[in-house]
Formats: sequence, C-alpha cells, structure tokens
Amino acid sequence: MVKSQFRFRADEPVGDPAITVDNFGEQTNAAAVRIEPGDDARDLLPFLDRLKLVEINFPAFTDGRGYSAARILREAGYTGELRAVGDVLVDQLFAMRRCGFDSFAPDAALDPADAEAALTRWGDVYQATADGRHAIWAKRHG
Amino acid sequence: MYKYDQYDQTMVDTRVAEFRDQTRRRIEGHLTEDQFKPLRLMNGLYLQLHAYMLRVAIPYGTLNSAQMRVLGDIADRYDRGYGHFTTRQNIQYNWIKLEEAPDILADLAKVEMHAIQTSGNCIRNISSDQYAGAAADEVVDPRPYAELLRQWSSFHPEFVTLPRKFKFAVIASDTDRAAMRLHDIGIQIVKNAAGELGAAFYVGGGMGRTPMIAPLIRDFVPVDQLITYSEACLRVYNRYGRRDNKYKARIKILVHEIGKEEYSRQVEEEFAHLLTQGIEPPAAELARIVPFFADPPFEQGAPDSIDRSDPDFALWLDRNCHAHKQPGYAIVTISLKPVGGIPGDASADQIRLMADLGRDYSFDELRVTHAQNIVLPHVRKADLYGLWQNLEAAGLGTANLDQIGDIIACPGLDYCSLANARSIPVAQKISERFAAPEKLAAIGELKLKISGCINACGHHHAGHIGILGVDKKGVENYQLSLGGCEGADTSLGKITGPGFDEDGIVDAVERATDVYLTNKQDGERFLDTYRRIGMEPFKEAIYG
Repeated sequence: MVKSQFRFRADEPVGDPAITVDNFGEQTNAAAVRIEPGDDARDLLPFLDRLKLVEINFPAFTDGRGYSAARILREAGYTGELRAVGDVLVDQLFAMRRCGFDSFAPDAALDPADAEAALTRWGDVYQATADGRHAIWAKRHG
Repeated sequence: MYKYDQYDQTMVDTRVAEFRDQTRRRIEGHLTEDQFKPLRLMNGLYLQLHAYMLRVAIPYGTLNSAQMRVLGDIADRYDRGYGHFTTRQNIQYNWIKLEEAPDILADLAKVEMHAIQTSGNCIRNISSDQYAGAAADEVVDPRPYAELLRQWSSFHPEFVTLPRKFKFAVIASDTDRAAMRLHDIGIQIVKNAAGELGAAFYVGGGMGRTPMIAPLIRDFVPVDQLITYSEACLRVYNRYGRRDNKYKARIKILVHEIGKEEYSRQVEEEFAHLLTQGIEPPAAELARIVPFFADPPFEQGAPDSIDRSDPDFALWLDRNCHAHKQPGYAIVTISLKPVGGIPGDASADQIRLMADLGRDYSFDELRVTHAQNIVLPHVRKADLYGLWQNLEAAGLGTANLDQIGDIIACPGLDYCSLANARSIPVAQKISERFAAPEKLAAIGELKLKISGCINACGHHHAGHIGILGVDKKGVENYQLSLGGCEGADTSLGKITGPGFDEDGIVDAVERATDVYLTNKQDGERFLDTYRRIGMEPFKEAIYG
C-alpha cells in the first residue's frame, strides 16, 4: 500500500490496498479505491458511505482531471481520506488541498519546508470550494 | 477604474513572494526545467529564442496613467527600452533575465498589476471591448463582469492544469470589437424582454490550426449565476477535453466533436449541481465592483464642433476618432503602426508620454486594443487638436486605424520559439508599400493580419487579408487568405492558393487590393467586394 508523506487527518490510515474503479463495484466490502485520470468519479457516488480511502492518481502533474474528481467527491459529501498519489509536486499542494485532498503520497518525497511554505502561503482565496474556507467575497460582505 | 482593496493587494503580493521562491528553487536546482516551466508560464514568463519574455496582464485592456508609466519604466530598466502590446490586450517584454523577473513583478504589484495567468494551460487574462464605458451602443459597461471573472479565475484551484489555455472575452454591445466569438468562451452581456441583465455564452471558438467560430451554448444566464455557469463550462472541459494531442486539446475541439447540444447538456447538468454548492459571489459583490467603472465627471455642454482647418489633423480625426456616448467627447485611438514600424511596439518614452496624455486628456484612463493600439477613451472634442499635436511630435500621430497599414502581427521568428517564419519584416514591407495617403484613402477599411505560425497569434484567420508564415523545406513561405472577419459577421478567411516568398507576398497583397479597386461599388469595403464577387477574380489576378 501507498504511504502518505503528508496527512491532515486525525483518524487511523486505512490498511486496505486501493482497487480500481472497475473492480470496485463488484467488491461489495472494499473500502479503498484508486481513481485514474480517465475514470468518472461520479461512478463512486452510490458507495460513498462505505468508502474510507480514495486515491486519485496523477501519472503526470500536468494532467489536471484529478482536481475535478476530488471536488466532485467532496461536493457529494465524501468525508473519508482523499489521497493524491503519483507525480505530486510542491507547487500543486495548495490547489489540491483546496480541492479536498487531505493526504499526499508523492512518487518522489517533497522537501518538508517547501511543502509547509506552499501550504501556508495563501491567507485568502478568491473561490468557494468544499474545503470550508471563506472566499474573499464572503469576507467582504460578511 | 477598479481599485484593489487589501485582499486584492495581498493576493498579488503573495504571488510575487511565491514566484520569487519558485525562481530561487529553480536557480538552486530543486526544480527541473520541466517542473518549473508550467510555474513560470502561469506567471507569463516564456523562454524564447534569445531570452525570457515576460507578458504582463492588463485586465480587460484597461489601465491608468500610473500603471502605464510603470510599463514604460520597466521597458527601460529591465528590457531594451521597448514594450510590445499584444492581441490579448497585454504587454510583453522580449529581453528579460530570469533572476530579475521577481523584481519586475514586485514593481508591477506596487501599481496593482501582475502577470498572473498570462500564459500556461489555465484561464488567461480576460479581454473586453476597448470602447467599454465610452461607446454609445453598449447595454452596460462589460468590465465589472470581466472583473468578477478575473477574481474567480485567479488561482482557481480546480483549473490549474487544464488540457490547454483558456481565453475569455466579455462584451456588452451588438457591435463586437473584441473578436468575442473567436475565444474559448465569449460572453455578451444582454438585456432580456423584462429588462434584466444576463450573459449569452458562446463556447468553443478560437483560431490556431483549427479555427472555429464559437456556437451559442446558452442565450441567457442570469448575471447572478455568471460564475457558477462559467465554472460548469470549465469543469466539463477539464474532465473531458482531449489530453492525448496538444493540437486537439482546446475546448473548440471538444465542443465540435461531441456537438454543441451534447456539450450544452453536460454543462446544464453540472450547472444544476453547482447551483447547490454556494460558489456564486453575492449580488453585493457585483454591486461593490460596478461603481469603480462609473462615468468620469464629464463636462456638461462641452462644445461639439471641431476646427478642421488643418488637413492633416482632419485626416487623423476622421480615421482615428470614434463617436462617444457623451456629447462633446470622442474616443481616440493612438496607432502603434507607423509606416515601416513594428506593429504594437512602443518605446519607453512613448509609453510614458501616452501615460501623461491619458492623465491630461482622458480622465487618467487608457486602453489597449486587441489590434495592438492604445485608446484614450474620454477626450473632449475641444482638446483633440492639442492632443494630436502632442502625438504627432512623438511619432504617434499615424492616421491609419482599420486601414491596410494598421496591421496585426505576432512577434514571429524574430523572437518567438514557436514561429516558422518572420512576421515583422512582412508587416513593415506592406506598410511601406501602401504608405501613400492617396492609396490608403482609396483602399479604405482593410484589416490585414499576419501570423508567423499556425498558432495564429496574429489572428490571420480573421483578417480581411490574412497572411500565415509557414516553413517550406527550411524556407520561409507565406500563405495568403481572404475574407476573414471578426465581429458580428465573423467569418474565417480562405486560402488563395500556393504561398509566396517575402517579396512575393507583398506583391500578392497589392494585386488583391487592385482587384478590389477595379471592382468596388459604391461604399463597398474590400471585404464587401470580396464577399460579393468571390475568390475567383482575386485568384486570377494573383496567380494568372
């Protein structure tokens, strides 16, 4: 199983290996699944209550489909672990966090100080997502 | 003009710090060039043939004189004394050092400017009508909506790595001066029968190697759902836009391949879902932005008459001034297309002079046009002669707006690493060939656009006469097309036939204008004659 370098959750990590979306529907007891860029995250929506871990794979950091997949899951109320795996780089961490990722397992370990800086640099944001932050427009008209 | 509050200012300041850190990590070797490239691109920094090029955002093409002056100072301090205004209403500098880029961004941030998302596979700087707020024909000023979209699209976390770049244009007139339907999303703010404002969405237009005119996807999105609908459009694209082939990755290909009905259906589904997510800024936010774009304090009863006794001034007046909504005022376009010049280029001194003229003659406001000229939007008619004298003295008085010398051209192979052929020398030769005032007057309105490669940054598809530079077995070759047009009657140009060398293309353009002059009927422009008589007479004259 993939181990996270950064994890922003208090619960215990799930031990189960993540299986493919195709296999997931048939395995009625599986609690961990991995989404590839071409998968439709909405195929998982009927099963959210039994899911504890969703890994979203970024085979190349330039392929941004995983950001939409993450938001779709969070918008549908998924509260389990959402882990970015693959070609995950320092300068993508903050946008990923905003899309709902709360765990990161990069192929190549990241510099912890750089990662910390990237995650804490932005005090405010222009958009509302499901990450609970108040957008700048909300603060202006609070 | 929009003014930053503490939030906006902190965002650009934070971006400067972030980019400084990214640049440091690149220089120290923590980031590979492949990893750094998308980061610098999202900040408008390209590696070109000879140096880095920095593209600075001018949101919806509007800026004040202090900002314009800083653009001139940057040209002096960090470049070779020039700036190049682009077809996206931005400015770019061609001789930048990587290690100085963060300092330039810091200078820009001091006057509420930045280079955020001026390149890369993300939502780019939003363009608009250069006559916004001054034109008599708009239903409302489009810029508050563009500003709302600017904030929403800045650092949007879901759309940082789209399949390809993404360009918005926002207009609010039936006369389209922004080539709106040649954008990934073109928005026209309209009023419905009940007098409510909404947005017509045209999605999937663009130039490049597969030019397409954007179809109407939805005729009325209520303005209080503008952001949510935009987000739905982008999410469908981010999920389903092609990523297997860079040349098929723009949204126009997705919309074309699945059809506008299917694309629109998917957007509606996503839109219905996103409406439940609370992502739309409240009406109070738009209400906060709108007053920034209120009319300046126009002088009531300003004189409407103009002394036309100086014939050179009268010519410039007829060519470069446009009707203003306010009696006694005019919209002035400063041509950056002198005979033999580089289209869109201005020296640091010229930039600073235009800043001063904007301050003294136009309520501190200037605009950049997609045709690479500068607009002073609010000039008293009584001041036009004095303004023109200032412009003439600085080499900025060229009277050729929308004429054959008012050429749009990309930087081409002189600067750009993507180009196949040079654009600038062709533009210079054409403007010299047609320099005689009688010739210009006879030909009248003729929009000529030159791109140095298939990416079409010079908008050649939309030129009444378009020129595309290609590489033919290692030799620069130029294809000619006729009949392109942007605006309400948008059309794409058709190629005449085999291409030409550099001198041959100038001759071919002249033969095409001769056909027009022989065949034109009363009041017809080049484009009208072409549309009436078709390609054949032109082909015969050019190749016969």
